[in-house]
Amino acid sequence: MKAPNITYIRPCSLTEACHILAEHDDEAVPLAGGQSLLAALNLRLAAPKLLVDIGELQELRDSSFGSGDIRLGALTRHHELLDSDEVRRALPLLPRAAAFIGHAGIRNRGTLGGSLAFADPAAELPACAVALGATISIAGPGGARELAAADFFTGLMETALRPGELIAAVRFPAATQGTRYVIDELSRRHGDFAVAGLVIAAPMDGKRVGEARIVYFGCVDRAQVARQVSTALSGRELTQSTVEAVIDAVGEDLAPDDTPGWRAETKLRLARTLTRRALAQLTGAAA
Amino acid sequence: MSVAESGHEFIDVEVIVNGRTVRSRVRARQHLADFLRQELELTGTHLGCEHGVCGACTVLIDGRTARGCLTLAAQAHGKRIETVEGLSGQGAFARLQDAFIGLNAAQCGFCTSGMLLTAYELVSEKVPRTRNEIRDYLSGNMCRCTGYHAIIDAVASVLAEVAPA
Repeated sequence: MKAPNITYIRPCSLTEACHILAEHDDEAVPLAGGQSLLAALNLRLAAPKLLVDIGELQELRDSSFGSGDIRLGALTRHHELLDSDEVRRALPLLPRAAAFIGHAGIRNRGTLGGSLAFADPAAELPACAVALGATISIAGPGGARELAAADFFTGLMETALRPGELIAAVRFPAATQGTRYVIDELSRRHGDFAVAGLVIAAPMDGKRVGEARIVYFGCVDRAQVARQVSTALSGRELTQSTVEAVIDAVGEDLAPDDTPGWRAETKLRLARTLTRRALAQLTGAAA
Repeated sequence: MSVAESGHEFIDVEVIVNGRTVRSRVRARQHLADFLRQELELTGTHLGCEHGVCGACTVLIDGRTARGCLTLAAQAHGKRIETVEGLSGQGAFARLQDAFIGLNAAQCGFCTSGMLLTAYELVSEKVPRTRNEIRDYLSGNMCRCTGYHAIIDAVASVLAEVAPA
């Protein structure tokens, strides 16, 4: 199908974009890469009255690579996460995550800020942002503010963004030596939405695990740290009994729903299998 | 700003399509593939699913593949767009076309333009690729004749020439 009738505006600045969005509140939607939004419009799953095209705003493109603090502009495209040597060095998890997203043509257009603001529970980047302890830089009609990624995702496709607010950038602490980053997911075909996926960020000292953060996607309603699973792993030697304790905790953190083609029980089983595989990678050779 | 401006149903765009500057007034809701097909009569860009899954509408925007159905014509303002018509018969694209014909990778032809554009982006990197890597790169383009093996043969044969392992 094709998108319903709609109006369009291309503001010249971030400030103007925020004002327009605030003014039109429920009726306006920001358009960045459009890889989820335009599909939703074509399928008539969404019917906003006004598209506010922020896709060319230079203010949302600026990225900087400080020694410990990496700032990626909201319009950073998925293919840039895959292709950038700077990103690969400072945030090795992100190119691995981007490789799971859609296909080449989608990755060329889709954006980091768009993925976070859309807050699809099956998306990889929200889970990465939470696992890495990222901070979301938000621009709005009332000025700028920052929010921890852990507090940003408030529900199923819901975020803490207020009317008129946009993600301007995402700040990540640079990867530290000795911390292992793992991402894995299961989907019917590569590029499809994940049925179950997880991200682990775990400081490792030999077999001893430091304060680990595990975030699931696909089998949850939002990106958030899986508390019980993370606790079962943190501060332990990675022995067989730790692995079993972590696997046992999966059911405490996750309560997936039945969805067409996938029973909740199946998703939970897949999440446990993925967790087991990911734990094996923590002590493996890869960083 | 007192009252923020509201949107427009029609937008003036200036787009460079296959090297030619095109000025047009487009509807906000019109996607790039429809703009190319209906306004410019460039019907080599095909429309299958219209929600970003099949890849038949693949075009190049500023040199990179994109879904024509997931980009509005209005978003193409100021961009360089290349379609199968513009690239046809030149350089690596022509070699891909020859390989598709020679190895029977075209079949019904519906997915072919999208396949060619995605393959062209991969081949242009001039990096040797395994069959699995080619398969992965083309995985966003569907062939309902299911002639995938022949398509991968064709892309592999061109890659072997431009980027010998």
